[in-house]
Amino acid sequence: MSNSAAAAAGQSVALSAGHAQHRWKGLTPFLVLLPSLIALVIFVYGFICVTLFISLSNWNTLKPDNTLRIPFGQTYVDLFSTPRFQADLRNTLVFTVLFILIATLVGLGLAILIDFNRKLFVIPFFRNVYLFPYALSFVVTGVAWRWIFNPETGINLFFDMFGINQLLASLGQAPLKPGWTTDPTVAFQLNGILEQVLGTEMRVKLGIPVALIPVAIAGMWQLSGFVMAMYLGGMTTISDEIREAARIDGATEWQVYRRVIIPLLRPVTISVVIILLHVSLKIFDLVITMSGVGPAFATDMPAIYVFETTFKATRYNLGMAAAIVMLILAAFVIVPYLARSLRQSEE
Amino acid sequence: MAAQTFEAAPSRRRFSLGHTLTVGVLVLALLFYLMPVYVMVINGLKDATNVSLDTMWNLPQSLTGGGFVEAWNKLSPNMLNSLEMVIPATILSAIIGAINGFVLSKWKFRGSDVLFTIMLFGFFIPYQSILLPLVQFMQTIKLYGTIPGLILVHVIYGVPVTTLIFRNFYANVPNELIEAARVDGAGMGTIFTRIMLPLSIPAFVVVGIFQFTNIWNDFLFGVTVVPNPAAQPVTIALNNLSGSFSVDWNVVMAGAVVAALPTALIYILLSRYFIRGLLAGSVKG
Repeated sequence: MSNSAAAAAGQSVALSAGHAQHRWKGLTPFLVLLPSLIALVIFVYGFICVTLFISLSNWNTLKPDNTLRIPFGQTYVDLFSTPRFQADLRNTLVFTVLFILIATLVGLGLAILIDFNRKLFVIPFFRNVYLFPYALSFVVTGVAWRWIFNPETGINLFFDMFGINQLLASLGQAPLKPGWTTDPTVAFQLNGILEQVLGTEMRVKLGIPVALIPVAIAGMWQLSGFVMAMYLGGMTTISDEIREAARIDGATEWQVYRRVIIPLLRPVTISVVIILLHVSLKIFDLVITMSGVGPAFATDMPAIYVFETTFKATRYNLGMAAAIVMLILAAFVIVPYLARSLRQSEE
Repeated sequence: MAAQTFEAAPSRRRFSLGHTLTVGVLVLALLFYLMPVYVMVINGLKDATNVSLDTMWNLPQSLTGGGFVEAWNKLSPNMLNSLEMVIPATILSAIIGAINGFVLSKWKFRGSDVLFTIMLFGFFIPYQSILLPLVQFMQTIKLYGTIPGLILVHVIYGVPVTTLIFRNFYANVPNELIEAARVDGAGMGTIFTRIMLPLSIPAFVVVGIFQFTNIWNDFLFGVTVVPNPAAQPVTIALNNLSGSFSVDWNVVMAGAVVAALPTALIYILLSRYFIRGLLAGSVKG
């Protein structure tokens, strides 16, 4: 537990001062930390307990009701049988996979291309442009991309401008006009298979809501530069000797990246995935501003559900139950991460 | 060194095709990253008569200020709210983070790492899980719907990450410096104020940028803790503007530029520190 630095500092106290203070050497720093600790215990752990309690209570209207709901946990049963919340869980899963996949791949790709061309004088400028969206608010990102993916303008104008629609017309095809975030299609539906396996009818289309793709692209736009910066940070720790050694062994530039650098960046990849998971599990402002809940809740998210159920519909116990579900999902990511960091800092 | 000069000849040969192609990809990526910025600025500059869905990608026909005047009139009170919130919240959370970070790196005690982990958990939770009790608490202490209330919220939930950044920064300060001061009879308070604080200016810049950006860009706390539109920060006002049917979209685009300007300027002017901050706040030591 006590780290060598602290022990060394403690010893020098004992040597120089050499009185009873040595026995209480942990007390003063603890007291300095105490105000922050108390505030966080109340505002994090205390409030989570209150949220948990409300989710188990009868408080379902504007009028507070602090009695426990019987049967115990019934609100959670209600929550999971709500089609909208089922859609939200589907969306979180699909969005998380899509978003993390494209943001990580694009970020890593940019980092490699930048590293490969690092001697070029314009590279710092390129890098700064790629990272720029990270400085913006998700609200700004959502507002801009909402118009870019508006079916009446934005991307869809490209299909006319670049002659794709003219080409399609000459082939007797209808012009290309995707609905993007307004498209209610759920691709690759698994309902048929799942219903056969589970023997029950499902009220939500289980598949990939295509309306989530533009949202994932906007999220990627905002965060891939950050991923790139993380990878570039990791690459600076890889010495030139390692690259040279690989080259002398006859590796091509591409093989140096694939066989040597990318495997060495594994710890960065883990950090990147954890951080992006943490972003995607609680994604809120981007979706609210870009697409809202979408057609048939195609772009709804648990965070929006909590917000609307609690503060607009005032169904407090239901909203708080959804919030607890969000916390549990996030805890699967956070707790192993914090445990790992704690082990590292105690070593 | 020798290896590099030796390498020079073959790497020049390699430059031709691979580098040309990859730089081409990087230029395409550049266009992709600039596209939304282009859309916001160009359409924000158009006035109500020549902003049209069919000509989104065209340059404005005249430079009269377009939607910016109306966007500024609509958003400037909220910009002020954001500033009144973000400046004190950034300063306070940085100072508290510096003190905590010092304790947790140079004045450790039995169990301090565990306590730090307990604190850091607060940075990672989805805030939905504390939102309703938080609103009730703010109502009880009469800070609900006020900027001081938002400052309090951002300071408390900001302390875990500012503590983390300062802790990692101070961990790199050599222990000999502190031991030498202790031998000279300096207490830990003196060591912090006289030795550590003067060394921490880069860390304060990094934390300051990190917190300013995070708090300025916040949406969730603003929209739940402050229901009154006149008192809301600019991110919420921009969302309201965007959802309003009575506002032309050139104004919305101009509004997005206005709301993004403070953090964008910080990024452009201080990108070096900005990158350091995001790496410090994410890659844990």
